Amino acid sequence: MDFQLTPEEEAFREEVRAFLDENLPPEDQRGPEFLAEWNRKVREKRWVGFSWPAEVGGGGGSLMKQVILKEEMAKRKAPPLGTCFMGLAWVGPAIIEYGTEEQKKRFIPDILDGAYQWCTGYSEPDAGSDLAALKCRAVREGDHYVVNGQKIWTSIAMWSKWMILLVRTGTDPSDKHKGITCLLVPMDTPGITVRPIRNMSGGSMFAEVFFDNVRVPVENRLGEEGEGWRVTVSALAHERSGISEIEGLRRRLDALRELARRTVRRGRPAAEDPEVRRRIASIDTRIEAMRLNGMRFLTRQLKGEPLGSETSINKLHRAALEIEIGELALEMQGARGAVAGGAAAVDGGGWQRFSLSWPEVVIGGGTPNIQKNIIAERILGLPKDA
Amino acid sequence: MNFGFTEEQQLLRAEVRKFLDENVPMTEVRRIAEGPGFDPELHRRMAELGWLGLTIPERFGGAGLGAVDQVGLLEELGRSLVPTPLLSASLFAALLEDAGSEAQQGAWLPEIAAGRRIGTLAFGDEEEWPDPRAIRTVGEPDGGGFLLTGDKEVVADATAADVFAVAFRSPGSEGAEGVSLALVPAGAAGVSVDPNEGVDLTKRSGRLRLEGVRVGEADLLGAPGAAWPTIARAFDRGAVVVTAEGVGAAEAALALTVDYARQRVQFGQPIGRFQGVKHPLAESYVDIESVKSLVYFAAWCLDHAPQEVPLAASRAKAYASEAFPRLGLDTVQLHGAIGYTWEYDAHLYLKRARWLRPAFGDAGFHSERVAALGGL
Ligand SMILES: Cc1cc2nc3c(=O)[nH]c(=O)nc-3n(C[C@H](O)[C@H](O)[C@H](O)COP(=O)(O)OP(=O)(O)OC[C@H]3O[C@@H](n4cnc5c(N)ncnc54)[C@H](O)[C@@H]3O)c2cc1C
Repeated sequence: MDFQLTPEEEAFREEVRAFLDENLPPEDQRGPEFLAEWNRKVREKRWVGFSWPAEVGGGGGSLMKQVILKEEMAKRKAPPLGTCFMGLAWVGPAIIEYGTEEQKKRFIPDILDGAYQWCTGYSEPDAGSDLAALKCRAVREGDHYVVNGQKIWTSIAMWSKWMILLVRTGTDPSDKHKGITCLLVPMDTPGITVRPIRNMSGGSMFAEVFFDNVRVPVENRLGEEGEGWRVTVSALAHERSGISEIEGLRRRLDALRELARRTVRRGRPAAEDPEVRRRIASIDTRIEAMRLNGMRFLTRQLKGEPLGSETSINKLHRAALEIEIGELALEMQGARGAVAGGAAAVDGGGWQRFSLSWPEVVIGGGTPNIQKNIIAERILGLPKDA
Repeated sequence: MNFGFTEEQQLLRAEVRKFLDENVPMTEVRRIAEGPGFDPELHRRMAELGWLGLTIPERFGGAGLGAVDQVGLLEELGRSLVPTPLLSASLFAALLEDAGSEAQQGAWLPEIAAGRRIGTLAFGDEEEWPDPRAIRTVGEPDGGGFLLTGDKEVVADATAADVFAVAFRSPGSEGAEGVSLALVPAGAAGVSVDPNEGVDLTKRSGRLRLEGVRVGEADLLGAPGAAWPTIARAFDRGAVVVTAEGVGAAEAALALTVDYARQRVQFGQPIGRFQGVKHPLAESYVDIESVKSLVYFAAWCLDHAPQEVPLAASRAKAYASEAFPRLGLDTVQLHGAIGYTWEYDAHLYLKRARWLRPAFGDAGFHSERVAALGGL
């Protein structure tokens, strides 16, 4: 056991810090011009797609260095490395693994440059947790697929230029995984209708997407016909140790402590209330457990062992924390906890907004029940749900 | 960066497991637990295998290894539920290493490593509470020494111990001021030990009464009146050590229930298919893995970053003290009536978790410390 970095890794950390000293202004001075400049510079340094192979334009960086990079960025609240969120998270990795040379040339540079957004068309009205039940149909006609059906909960569909889409091409109902194919679809193709859905925060970040005889060239298929499940699952399974997410949680915890100090609860600062103290200690402890779990996962990865279902451990912690932090913040505020705006609102209603965002993490990334099934079935070896 | 165990450490763990599987199966655990509570012959063999001296310096007959090396041993002891005063002896040895004179170390450490003598900690009086206020035993100055009078109600492995590290305070002192430590042999005049009836028969404790027990200057550990920091460090180490052992027991409990849930059929299917069964088991897995991470790190801090020990130890113990009793309850409940029988092992794990909960500070104590160290 040792937490030492190699001299090369230390040097890299210094390089990142020096870069940030030079290029990252205080938060209130980060306008659009800065952002454009930032995106250009981090791209130039090949810090976008840092761990992707150099041949496709990535950084070819090691796992450990990637963790260092993200950690340093998070500590300084730097803007993200790259702007094409889903492209960098899973569309890119899927294309790198399953795409043709043609597809790699066509899509990867744009993802790295953040030329446009990708969205993800997996979920359907009747296929959520049970994604493999999806029904959106694609029928081959010559050198095109003709797609009919509906997707839902498609984040940023209205602002995306491309979609990674899962469709059903097979007809054998006994093997629902085999009949799935993955297509890359331009969102301006005739027959696609996008209808934004308002979420409980009041905003619209996701949408319904309807497909009415949408023609997609066969050359836009990612992987073989019927291979779509594998293509997307393996891309989603580019599991990360999750260490870089810890910084954000820690900042929330700091803000919560700060709130506890200046919030009066039953006649004294909430920070002196034993229940508040115990709940904050529990949040602190679970964040540290996540960090250290992540270090153990990373250690395994560094030894060349792929990560699997154990990352559900931290997903469950994260889901619970995301809810608990918001709930505790509102509870501490007493009656003001129910005020979201105006003069009486605490911190301009920031905690109220935060406390409405947990579904993005808790539902969007696979629900806690599903994570528990994964652990119980794949790690503990209990029988699968019917 | 490597947050994992070395090959030697894994090898040691495997050897411990093999020995315990072969020599201390559950029938043997029960024989010792339901009988004498302590098996001197087994203790001698553990010493021969080097387990007692693992963290004792080589010049005193030990292997000179660290807390991280010891974690595997502790987890395996926990997994097997073997009744053993090893933890007490090891914590006593660490205390001597921390604060004992060369003469005290030379007198006791080789004896502990060889399994000939057993030492234990006797800090708190009415409760095992890592706070100076729990130390009520009074030492009246007597020449260069003290006359100790006190009543330590729950002293781990008291009946097996040959020597106690007794915490006491000078008359009229309060808080951390005036707290001293002395070595008191079990046979000293004025010392009596009554066994407690424990919930967990695999963990023995006793009540240590001190009635005008004379300790000389040479028996003191460190300077008189200045022992609290030493005691606080020993408490932290204790919290880490019992948590590591607790992880092993919790893992064994989970494995027992998982096995049962795969076999037991109701409503035409294994009960492990019901989410009311599988989900609490998944949660237990999350808790065990998380406590592992926290306690491995705390052990690392004991070896390499002493200033970080209090927070790291408290996080680990707070989590374990909260999660493992719940896991113990599930272990019984998810077995149904069989889990309630004496013959079946489920209750042993519940009782072990209930032993662990208050040991070296409960969740309330450690959470409070996490809050305070976090700046609240
Ligand atoms: C903010 C947000 C963004 C999203 N973005 C996208 C996106 O960009 N693209 C996309 O394709 N999808 C997206 N989703 C959809 C997301 O993937 C699904 O919501 C998720 O998979 C759950 O499916 P569902 O909503 O249909 O719920 P359901 O699967 O119907 O689940 C309803 C409830 O039943 C429980 N449940 C279901 N099955 C089981 C089981 N076997 N055992 C126990 N309990 C069970 C669930 O835990 C849940 O509590 C997004 C969702 C959110 C909230």
